[in-house]
Amino acid sequence: MNNNNGYLKTFINGLINENPTFVLFLGMCPTLAVTTGVINGVGMGLSTMAVLVCSNVVISLLRKFIPDKIRIASFIVIIAGFVTIVQMLLNAYVPALSSSLGIYIPLIVVNCIILGRAEAFASKNSIGRSALDGLGMGLGFTCALVIIAAVREILGAGTFAGIQLFGSGFQPVSIMILPPGAFLTLGILLAVINIISGRIKNKRNNSEKEGI
Amino acid sequence: MDNLLVVSHSPHISGKNTVRRTMLDVIIALIPAFIAGVLVFGYRAAVVTVTCVLSCVIFEWLWNKIMKKPTTVGDLSAIVTGMLLAFNVPVTLPLWMVVIGAFFAIVIVKQFFGGIGHNFMNPALAARAFLLASWALAMTTWVAPHTAVPLWNTADVVTSATPLAAYAGTEGTVQQLPSYLDLFLGNVGGCIGETSALAILIGGIYLLARKVIKLRVPLTYLATVALGTWIFAGHDGLFTGDALYQILAGGVMLGAFFMATDYTTTPYTPVGQIIFGIGCGVITVLIRVWGGYPEGCSYSILLMNIVTPLIDRVTAPKRYGASKRRKEAKA
Repeated sequence: MNNNNGYLKTFINGLINENPTFVLFLGMCPTLAVTTGVINGVGMGLSTMAVLVCSNVVISLLRKFIPDKIRIASFIVIIAGFVTIVQMLLNAYVPALSSSLGIYIPLIVVNCIILGRAEAFASKNSIGRSALDGLGMGLGFTCALVIIAAVREILGAGTFAGIQLFGSGFQPVSIMILPPGAFLTLGILLAVINIISGRIKNKRNNSEKEGI
Repeated sequence: MDNLLVVSHSPHISGKNTVRRTMLDVIIALIPAFIAGVLVFGYRAAVVTVTCVLSCVIFEWLWNKIMKKPTTVGDLSAIVTGMLLAFNVPVTLPLWMVVIGAFFAIVIVKQFFGGIGHNFMNPALAARAFLLASWALAMTTWVAPHTAVPLWNTADVVTSATPLAAYAGTEGTVQQLPSYLDLFLGNVGGCIGETSALAILIGGIYLLARKVIKLRVPLTYLATVALGTWIFAGHDGLFTGDALYQILAGGVMLGAFFMATDYTTTPYTPVGQIIFGIGCGVITVLIRVWGGYPEGCSYSILLMNIVTPLIDRVTAPKRYGASKRRKEAKA
């Protein structure tokens, strides 16, 4: 029972408490660059998640064999292997998405989230927990990308995942799908999330005090 | 012991200068340009300006209310921002875009960074850049002076080239360049408040007389633009550019007197201000002569706004008695 609870916590941790984008500020490069549309965001998020789950599992499996001194290099080789597989799969089955994500797919290799989780989690924990951690972190990353991409695409192009939302009278705020829009959206979303999480923390502290 | 003295640190004598008084001076100085804008472009110029000022003030008030801060509408800075933003847009701009521009200037550029005195770039110019990036077509729909512009549905008006676009020849057809007199009086196409050099000069002289601004930035800025365009902007090789035309046309007059002299976003040391003015001039010339846009005034000031903290740091006056050697010894 207690063990199950731990697994759930590992999963939720990546999704909310330690959301890689909004809390840990990892993987900012793809976050800012590919969130011009919801489809791109989903594609990027899921590709990263696939790599993250696979590399976490393999690194967790090998954690007792990898010498401490060359662990970073070993992690990178494993991650790069999975990224190559994902890139080839995307190229074969969704060439349109692959070309719109472009250089950011191979760049998953150097995404801080993946190396960070390998170093901080997978190299110290069991296979099951590492897989769940990868799943949670990957989903958290995907959700964050989709939220940012939705704001930018709705305001900047008047569409959601390519579907026209407004009538022809709507004149989109084109700056939102240009690079400045990424910074504006991310900054404002972070401010809102900090306000909300600050309020939740306050409430929790207050109720704990009342409990005592 | 009944005569208690209050001991406090300096300053002991306070002047009458307040933020409110300074902003009021700027507003007074902007009124000639406003009148010129209405005379040249008709009543819609007034509608755009009033809309812009009102929305700036309302957004400032709303932000203060929502963030539970003391209201800062009374310092009049929102009115100045509103007027400057309105002067930086074409008269044909739809009014809802004006309101969004005001929101961007006040809430995102000014209040997000802490309100008056804390913004790192000029709110009005940043909002202009925002509008230009978002609705490039609406922001470059210029009309000839005295064209009747309808209040709504301004997309169908007959457009004409601005003097700078005509000079650069970017509008395709060969066009008659306006005379110096038309440029000086503002009888040309362009943004609401930028066309009349005369009106801006009147306002600028008022600000100089009231000691609100110093001549350093406007002078170095305009001189650099004149020199640079004389050398490089000519159609028949070097040193054939029409410097007078280049200064009177476009937004450099408005920018030099009203936007490159903003207290918050420009250097406070005299040397720094001169560097700032020359930098603005160089960037303006670069954009006008080699860049993709016919006009580069707003971007030049925004770019120099960003390096202002660096200029201030480099040109900070030395403390009395502090020598280089001691600094090195410390390090």
